[in-house]
Amino acid sequence: MSRLRKAYVVLYLALLYLPISFIPLFAFHDSVYISFPWRGFTLDWFAGLFEAEGLLGALENSLIVAAIASVSSTVMATLAALATARLRFPGRQAISIALLAPIALPTVVIGVALLSAFSLSGVPLSLGTVAMAHCLFCTPFAYGVMLSQFRGLSGDLEQASMDLGEPPVRTFFRVTLPLAAPGILSSLMLTFTVSFDEFILAFFLSSNSPTLPVYMWSQMRFPDKLPLVLALATLVILFSIVAVVGSQLLRRQGRRRPATASQEG
Amino acid sequence: MFRSQTASAYLLLSPVIVTVILALVGCLLLLVVASFGTQSYLDFDFGFSLASYDQVIESAGVRKLMLRSAGIAAVVSLLSVLLAYPVAYFVAFDVSHNRLFWLIMLTLPSWISYLLRVLSWKLILGYKGVVNSGLEGLGLISKPLEFLLYNPTSVAIALAHAWAPFAILPIYVSLQRMDRSLIQMAGDLGDGPFRSFLRVTLPLSLPGVFAAFVLIFIPTFGDYVTPQLIGGPSGVMIGVYIAMQFGASNNIPLGSALAIATMVLASLIACLFVLGTKRLVRAMR
Repeated sequence: MSRLRKAYVVLYLALLYLPISFIPLFAFHDSVYISFPWRGFTLDWFAGLFEAEGLLGALENSLIVAAIASVSSTVMATLAALATARLRFPGRQAISIALLAPIALPTVVIGVALLSAFSLSGVPLSLGTVAMAHCLFCTPFAYGVMLSQFRGLSGDLEQASMDLGEPPVRTFFRVTLPLAAPGILSSLMLTFTVSFDEFILAFFLSSNSPTLPVYMWSQMRFPDKLPLVLALATLVILFSIVAVVGSQLLRRQGRRRPATASQEG
Repeated sequence: MFRSQTASAYLLLSPVIVTVILALVGCLLLLVVASFGTQSYLDFDFGFSLASYDQVIESAGVRKLMLRSAGIAAVVSLLSVLLAYPVAYFVAFDVSHNRLFWLIMLTLPSWISYLLRVLSWKLILGYKGVVNSGLEGLGLISKPLEFLLYNPTSVAIALAHAWAPFAILPIYVSLQRMDRSLIQMAGDLGDGPFRSFLRVTLPLSLPGVFAAFVLIFIPTFGDYVTPQLIGGPSGVMIGVYIAMQFGASNNIPLGSALAIATMVLASLIACLFVLGTKRLVRAMR
């Protein structure tokens, strides 16, 4: 029975990865058209990326937005998770749920809600509005990571620091923050990827400063640009995989840390 | 002590309360207000008019899109949950070492750009896609099959594939947290593996199943990317129509009313599913 389940899971994984693997496969394909079987190998499409108009600008926009969104959402989520994991107060459960709830909303609804808020209040659309939307969008993910980080660390060391006379703010910077560092780094990497890959909010709110996914969307309309999109997509996927695997490994390390930390201390 | 804990907690929470919770609630409330407004060309008037809701309820086109979106979302989320359950079970009960490896392998695709995961289905099912050129190369067909892409089925396939990994984690967590001694006890008291699964494991894992269902059903109900990219005219879903009202059609009140109706309807169906499944599982025991 357990063997049967393992076979099923292996098949499930194969089907999960099969479709996405066609993107890198055809990014190296020596033809504008998809054809199966493959005709030949080329790196031309990757070389073509250097000359693609508008690509570098879009990449720069994406990096700026992802940097702002990941740092701001991780800072806010770290403070929030510290409160809900360590302190007891009325409304704790409700706030925790409200912070995770946006993940279960259709992104289009969040997008049009923000769009009408910006347009009715007269705020012009820009990279700034995209960054604000992404900060909101990334916070639930950052909060999830930080909550499990703080739950995995016992509060003993913080308590000891305060018992020895360190005020709460100094305890936060000298004890809590170093112990939670793997979680914070993990959250930064994860939210950076989430923002870097996010399409719908950026599509609604970016006006004439497209991010990378919006740029790819605009190029998908032209059949002859498909190989270029696939080459770009291959690099984006590679980046996501490295960032997410790194983030998950760090997250695990962060939860294993307290044992060694208390031995050292 | 209690009072000061509350004060420091809310101090720490104030940034997220202002920028996330209040901003989101505020924007959604604004959407409610806008749905009661009226608009002629570019001039938007706040007011209290039910005209947009009339349109949502009366229009046969909207009803068709809502039904199609609900149907696709239901098929996709049920399929994702059913297919993911044995996977979550495997990781929770059969894997003893290397659990991290399995978890990363299974959840990694859900972090890869959604846009690109959907695009990959266009490569597979397209007119000159993998399936068509493969079959042609084998000499099985003489001209490309056109029915593969741009219909509700292709949308459902791509959505189910894109959202499948989201179902694994919630189910895995609820199986993982379960008190294993209960299964042992059911066995000791004479239940076979199948009966003890139905009477112990399944009921205890329901919170994870429901979380997975809701997490997939509501976002796919309002999905934009998949129907837009590979749905074609017959695969349009309500999210595309909502977005249109804020773009080309420029009808903010109607778009807002549609967005609200979508969220209410999707939440309602999700609630009904949760209640119905609870009853069903209780009846099976």
